[in-house]
Amino acid sequence: MAITPVAQPTESVAKWEGSVEELRGLVSDRAMTGETLLLNMGPHHPSTHGVLRLLLELDGEQIVTCMPDIGYLHTGIEKNIESKSYEKAVTLTDRMDYLSPMSNNMVYCLAVERLTGLDVPERAQAIRVICLELARIASHCVWLGTHALDMGAMSIFLYAFREREFILDMFEMLSGQRMMGSYFRPGGVWRDLVPEFMPALEKFVDFMPAKVDDYESLLVSNPIWIDRTQGIGVVEPEEALNLGLSGPTLRASGVNWDIRKAEPYSGYDRYEFDVPLGEHGDVYDRFFVRMQEFRQSIRIIKQAMKALPGGPFRSQNRKFVPPPRAELGQSMEAVIHHFKLWTEGFSAPDEEVYVSIESPRGEIGCYLHGTGGNKPRRVHFKTPSFMHISALGAMSKNHMLADLVGIVGSIDCVLGDSDR
Amino acid sequence: MNIPQALDPIASAREALDDTVLESKVFANETTLIVRRQDVARVARFLRDTSGLVYNYLSDISAVDYYPEVRGPEGDGRFAVSYHLYSMLYNRRIRLKAFLPEDDPVVPTVTVLWQAANWLEREAFDMMGIRFEGHPDMRRLLMPADWDGHPHRRDYPLGYETIMFSFNKDEINQHKPYAKKD
Repeated sequence: MAITPVAQPTESVAKWEGSVEELRGLVSDRAMTGETLLLNMGPHHPSTHGVLRLLLELDGEQIVTCMPDIGYLHTGIEKNIESKSYEKAVTLTDRMDYLSPMSNNMVYCLAVERLTGLDVPERAQAIRVICLELARIASHCVWLGTHALDMGAMSIFLYAFREREFILDMFEMLSGQRMMGSYFRPGGVWRDLVPEFMPALEKFVDFMPAKVDDYESLLVSNPIWIDRTQGIGVVEPEEALNLGLSGPTLRASGVNWDIRKAEPYSGYDRYEFDVPLGEHGDVYDRFFVRMQEFRQSIRIIKQAMKALPGGPFRSQNRKFVPPPRAELGQSMEAVIHHFKLWTEGFSAPDEEVYVSIESPRGEIGCYLHGTGGNKPRRVHFKTPSFMHISALGAMSKNHMLADLVGIVGSIDCVLGDSDR
Repeated sequence: MNIPQALDPIASAREALDDTVLESKVFANETTLIVRRQDVARVARFLRDTSGLVYNYLSDISAVDYYPEVRGPEGDGRFAVSYHLYSMLYNRRIRLKAFLPEDDPVVPTVTVLWQAANWLEREAFDMMGIRFEGHPDMRRLLMPADWDGHPHRRDYPLGYETIMFSFNKDEINQHKPYAKKD
C-alpha cells in the first residue's frame, strides 16, 4: 500500500516553520518519507503540566522518538537576579518552581549564606525544615492530583487540593502570601512563627496521615491504576544516574540518594526519617515512593515541632541582616545599618559556590558567583524538572502514546522550574 | 562490599594527567580544579572512571561571563564553564572549571560521558554562546530559534521600556507601530 507523506508541507497547508529536513538525525529516517507521523503534543495539551511541547514521532500509536521542547515559560529570572542585590533576588526565586517556592528560597539563601559565611540560628533552621516539609507535602498533593487526573482518576484531585489549601493557608499565616511567600531570607526567615501557626500545624499533622491513607486506598491496589502504571517508563539505575535524574524519580529506580541524608543542610541530620526506595523504576514505583514521602515528611515535621528551639529567628549579624524596626528609634547604628542594607545591600566575595538541596522534585542546585560587590555576577539554577524533561525521550521510547501521559505525570515536572 | 580507599582528587589528577591541571583551589569546602579547555572531557573521564574518585553524577554545567575582565591562568578567559560533579560512593563534590577566550569559546562536549550533559550544554550555548564540540544537537533550548545574541552575557542589556512622558511621547510612539497615534 502506498503511504501518503504526512509531514510534507504543501502550499495550501500552513507551513511548519523549519522543514522536516532540519530534524534529520534527530528523528528516524522513516519520518523523512512520511512513513511515521510527526505530531506536536502541546504546548497547550492539558496533561503536559504547563507549557511543555513534545514533538513525537509515531509509528501507529507507538512512540519512536519523543523530543521535548521547552522555553515557553522562560522569564529570564537568572538574568534579572544579576541586577538585584542579594536579598531582593529572593522574590524572583519564588517564581521558578511555583509549586514549592520554599525550596527555591532555601537553595538560594543557602548559596548566599555559604558565599558570605553568614550564620543561621537554630530556630530559623528548624522553622525552615518545617516549611520545606510542608512545601513537599503541598507539592506532592498537586502532583498526585494532576497525575491521577491525567490517568482518569478524577476524585483524588479534589481531595489532594483540599489538603494543599490547608498548607497554603498556613503559609499565608507565616508570610502573608499563599504561594510566593519569599519567607526565607539570607540568615534565617523573614519573621518569627505567628501564634496561630503552631495550633494549625498540630491540627494538620493530626489529620494528614489519615488523608494519606485515603489517597492510598484509592490508588495503591486499584487494578486500573496498576495496569496503567506498572512496567511503564522503566529506567534502570545506571541509566537514571547517567540521565541526571534525582529525587523520587531516581529513588524509584532503587538508587539511595537523598541530599537530606547525604549532605544534610539546615539540621536535617537531627531528624529521623527513612528514604523510601523503589525497585523497578517504573511509573508505579515513582508514584509509590512519593506516597511514602508524605509520611516521612509528616514524621520530620512532628520531630521538628517537638524540638523547636527558642532564640532568634534570623542571624544577628547586622552587616547582613537589617535590624528590627523597634531598634531604629533607639540606636543610631541601627539606622545606619537599615539604610545601608535597604539601599545598597551587603557585599559578597568574588568567589563561586554550588549548593544543592532536595526539593520535592529532586536535586535543585544553585551556582552563585559573586563580584565582590552587592550584586552577583552569575546565578545558575540546576533544576530537577529540567533534567527530568530532558530524560523524557529515553523514558518513553517504544511506549504507547497514552502511556506518555503517565510518564510525564510521574516525573512531576513544573515548567516554571525547567524554563526559569 | 569492598569500597576502595578514597583518593585526593587534586593530587591524583595532577599525578595521572601531569600538565592538564593548571590550578586548584578550595573555597567554602568546595574543591575546584582548573584545567585547560581542550582537556575538559579527558579530565572528566578520569574523575568518573578512576577507582577511588568515581565522580559518577553530573550535577550541573554552568557558564559564567567575566566581561569586561579576562581571567584564568592563561589570562585570556572571558568565559568560564564549571562542571559540578558528585561522587555517590564517597559523598563529595568537585568543580571542574575551564576558562574560554572571547573570540573562540569552544570546549569539548561531555555528552559522551553523561547523557545529562545534553541539555545543560545546550542551555550554556543558548544563554552564553559557548559551543560544545561534538555535541549531537547544538540548537537553542530556551530562547526561540531565531533569537539574536546570547542573553546571559554581561554585555547583553537587560532590556526595559522607556517611561513615557509628554516630552518623549512622540519619539516612543514612532517605535511602536501598533500604538495609538493622535
